[in-house]
Amino acid sequence: MSSGFETVCGLEIHIQLSTRSKMFSSVDANYFSDAPNSHTDPFTLGLPGTLPTINKAAVEDGMMFGLALNCDVSGFTQFHRKNYFYPDSPHNYQISQYDRPIARDGWLEVNGKRIGITRAHLENDAGKLMHPNGENFSLVDLNRAGCCLIEMVTEPDITDGEQAKAFLQKVQAIAQALGISDARPEEGKMRCDVNVSVRRPGEAFGTKVEVKNLNSFRSVGKSLEYEVERQIRLINVGGRVTQDTMGWDEGGQKTFVMRTKEGEADYRYFPDPDLPPLEIDEAWIEAVRVKMPRLPDAKKADYVTRGLKENDAETLSLNMQLSKFFEAALETYRGEAQTVANWLNGDVSGWLNANELEIQDSKLSPENLSSLIGLIDAGTISGKIAKDLLPDVMQGAIPVQLVKERGLEQTTDVGEIEAAILEVMNVSPDVVENAKKNPKAINALFGPIMKALGGKAKPDLVRELLNRALGLS
Amino acid sequence: MTALELAHRIKTRQVSAEETILQALQDAKHSSDLNIFLHISETAILEARAIDVSIAKGETVGALAGVPVALKDNLCVRGTRTTAGSKMLEDFVSPYTGTAVQKLLNAGAISIGKVNLDEFGMGSSGENSAFGATKNPWDTSRVPGGSSSGSAASVAAGIVPIALGTDTGGSLRLPAAFTGTLGMKPTYGRVSRYGVVSYASSLDQVGAIARSSHDLAVTMQTICGHDPKDATSLEQENTFTVALERDIRDLRVGIVKEAVGAGNSSGVLGALEAVKTQLEQLGATLTEISLPSLETCLATYYLIACPEASSNLARYDGMIYSHRGNFSGDINETMMKARGEGFGAEVKRRILMGTYALSSGYYDAYYSKALKARTLIAREFAKAFENVDVLLMPTAPSAAFKIGEKSDDPVSMYLTDVDTVAVNLAGLPAISVPFGFEDARGAYNPSLGLPVGVQFIAPALQDERLITVTHALERATNAMFLKTATSS
Repeated sequence: MSSGFETVCGLEIHIQLSTRSKMFSSVDANYFSDAPNSHTDPFTLGLPGTLPTINKAAVEDGMMFGLALNCDVSGFTQFHRKNYFYPDSPHNYQISQYDRPIARDGWLEVNGKRIGITRAHLENDAGKLMHPNGENFSLVDLNRAGCCLIEMVTEPDITDGEQAKAFLQKVQAIAQALGISDARPEEGKMRCDVNVSVRRPGEAFGTKVEVKNLNSFRSVGKSLEYEVERQIRLINVGGRVTQDTMGWDEGGQKTFVMRTKEGEADYRYFPDPDLPPLEIDEAWIEAVRVKMPRLPDAKKADYVTRGLKENDAETLSLNMQLSKFFEAALETYRGEAQTVANWLNGDVSGWLNANELEIQDSKLSPENLSSLIGLIDAGTISGKIAKDLLPDVMQGAIPVQLVKERGLEQTTDVGEIEAAILEVMNVSPDVVENAKKNPKAINALFGPIMKALGGKAKPDLVRELLNRALGLS
Repeated sequence: MTALELAHRIKTRQVSAEETILQALQDAKHSSDLNIFLHISETAILEARAIDVSIAKGETVGALAGVPVALKDNLCVRGTRTTAGSKMLEDFVSPYTGTAVQKLLNAGAISIGKVNLDEFGMGSSGENSAFGATKNPWDTSRVPGGSSSGSAASVAAGIVPIALGTDTGGSLRLPAAFTGTLGMKPTYGRVSRYGVVSYASSLDQVGAIARSSHDLAVTMQTICGHDPKDATSLEQENTFTVALERDIRDLRVGIVKEAVGAGNSSGVLGALEAVKTQLEQLGATLTEISLPSLETCLATYYLIACPEASSNLARYDGMIYSHRGNFSGDINETMMKARGEGFGAEVKRRILMGTYALSSGYYDAYYSKALKARTLIAREFAKAFENVDVLLMPTAPSAAFKIGEKSDDPVSMYLTDVDTVAVNLAGLPAISVPFGFEDARGAYNPSLGLPVGVQFIAPALQDERLITVTHALERATNAMFLKTATSS
């Protein structure tokens, strides 16, 4: 870096698992849009005498996630209590993992660079406190309390905001591909804390600052870049970075101090005596491994062998729904896979972005996309017409019917085309003369002819007949 | 009358369940000077009538159908207050029933009420209850022992033949010894803890007080068993009723050297001698066994129980269901005041000790070291059991002491548990068996005075062996030590 400093950054990522029940009790965990406190049971409320039981599905999700991150998941894993008083957690302790997390010592490759994964562990989520405006009381909603979370921690291997974003995208894609979480930051299902410090190359690590509760990949990148700049500026004027916990001000696009190191709590971690250590043996690992769906890297490699360009393969493989759609479209499409990728990464994605939709929320079906492209290949419609039809197809229209209803089949009627050619040649004799001498100038006639034909003529045929009319063939 | 005799008479319609329960309820009311019952069941009569109807129709009923039982008030029962002896839970009504209780009720037993205890199970005398001290039916100026004070007192007073309690460091065995009853703590994991108000999760275990080994065997047969709701519960077949039929010829009994010395009252030593003689007469062989780590157990116990308690009791913060008081203020202030007012002195002392022992900088010196000491004592027990079938030692160094005698001296109070805590640390099954009395001069007396108990300890999961030993002794002595306080 030109400033003479290098960035040292590690991420802490929380992902909410989409298990049916909560981490330590059987109550339904899918509370989305339900009334506050409707997803509770005696354990969630911390009632006396209730006990936690480990959600096996969550453990297997954790194992899969760990395996996907190239971690060691074997041996004993154990739950600890993290003790602190706050009303969003009725037990006043969180059941988390401490020195025996479910996954340890892994890595993930992003843009050719390996980012180390220190650990990933399972824990239960807290509820939500709400502070009604102008009231002197707060309300608690415990629907989220007890839901399954995975927290993963990376090594301080990340060196800039772009890398952080790419890493998060990949983690998200893995979580989605495994089907363990929607991992949508905008719904709070993937949350990120950034640990960042700067140092001159070769020097010891600088003091790190933690930026907490970032809820978009963009703000992770932005806050990282902002912090790096702030810390360098501070050091350059002789200041000292203090080990603070920061927040991110989305409006002002800057970090702010939430609490200083002195306020740090002593969580009195100790093994939860209600939960014996869990032994994960090779047989269990294998049973989980065979259930694992294909991961983004494997998908990408597969797409490349199917003839996709590297970057198209990458883009599709990182988007769970898009890649699923892509693969489904290829079931019925007989042409080049790259053509489908071009449509998905181009016009289809463009339309989705403009309409702020995800592919699964649109009415586009893989069959309809495949059929639309097939109509071009068959010469029934032009690419131009196909693009015009896309918005309707995105909303569920069936391409073949659209073409029929609107009479959009390409014309191959030689008489009709020749009439249009004559008409255009008659109005621009000077262009005609020019074209006869300079073949490149033909396009000046070709465009207006196609327009006169309403775009429905087969371009090759038009070109052939035009050349003949000009006496060029 | 024993539970099984009662159940037989009810089943054969010599007496109705309704009459039986009415009698027990009346006895409970008449015992108010003992301060045993915190809550008397309002539905017991209805439940008894339902059993009478079933019997009249010739339907199959459970082994304990119509038998009145008492439940320690740290056991959750749906729709009833479960206070754990604390002001903190004075108004807490449980919306669910715990597993052990449910199993007992499924066998036809009828709870006539919830009984007193040391707050959250923290105490050795029965005095640490927010609702007042329980009194010993043998001598109301004395403690019944704790923390299952009401469970032991209700059985000793003859109100119920069976009571459920919990044992974290001796809380069933100690009151059993002080009240002349049988008190059994099963292997950790054999009875589900689901529905037990936690004190120290890795030590807490549900067990029972009874006055007959048959009753105890049926109770254990009923309440033991794996429970998916408790991750620490174990899979193990129950053979308690079969165990009643075995004899103890050639049983190898190890006398724990470190526990039978001069620290015991002459009454306790006398009981030990008497039981040894009896065991030999029944064909058992006696050997001396050494458990050198026994002396570290009390410290180890408090360094494990208090940290767990500090975390287990954190949930009582006045927010959802626990005592709040008439405070307003911010969250921290409200919680602090609720806890300051809701908890008793001994509970606060243990929360403070536990919080301290888990704090950063102290964890390694205290909690972590205690875990190592715990492993050590468990190993010593395991080694001892390579050569003997059961261990014998006192349940407590003396008979019941006077109410108030140790109230101002927590350490001397803690020393009451010196013979019982090791068993919990090692997760082993143990039973206290009454074996005579200590008279007014402190001497052993086979028929007069305050009851004294001896303790048998078995290897993990060999709980049934304790029933065999107890039953053999009971038969050999004609159950002479198993009378109620009122019949003496």
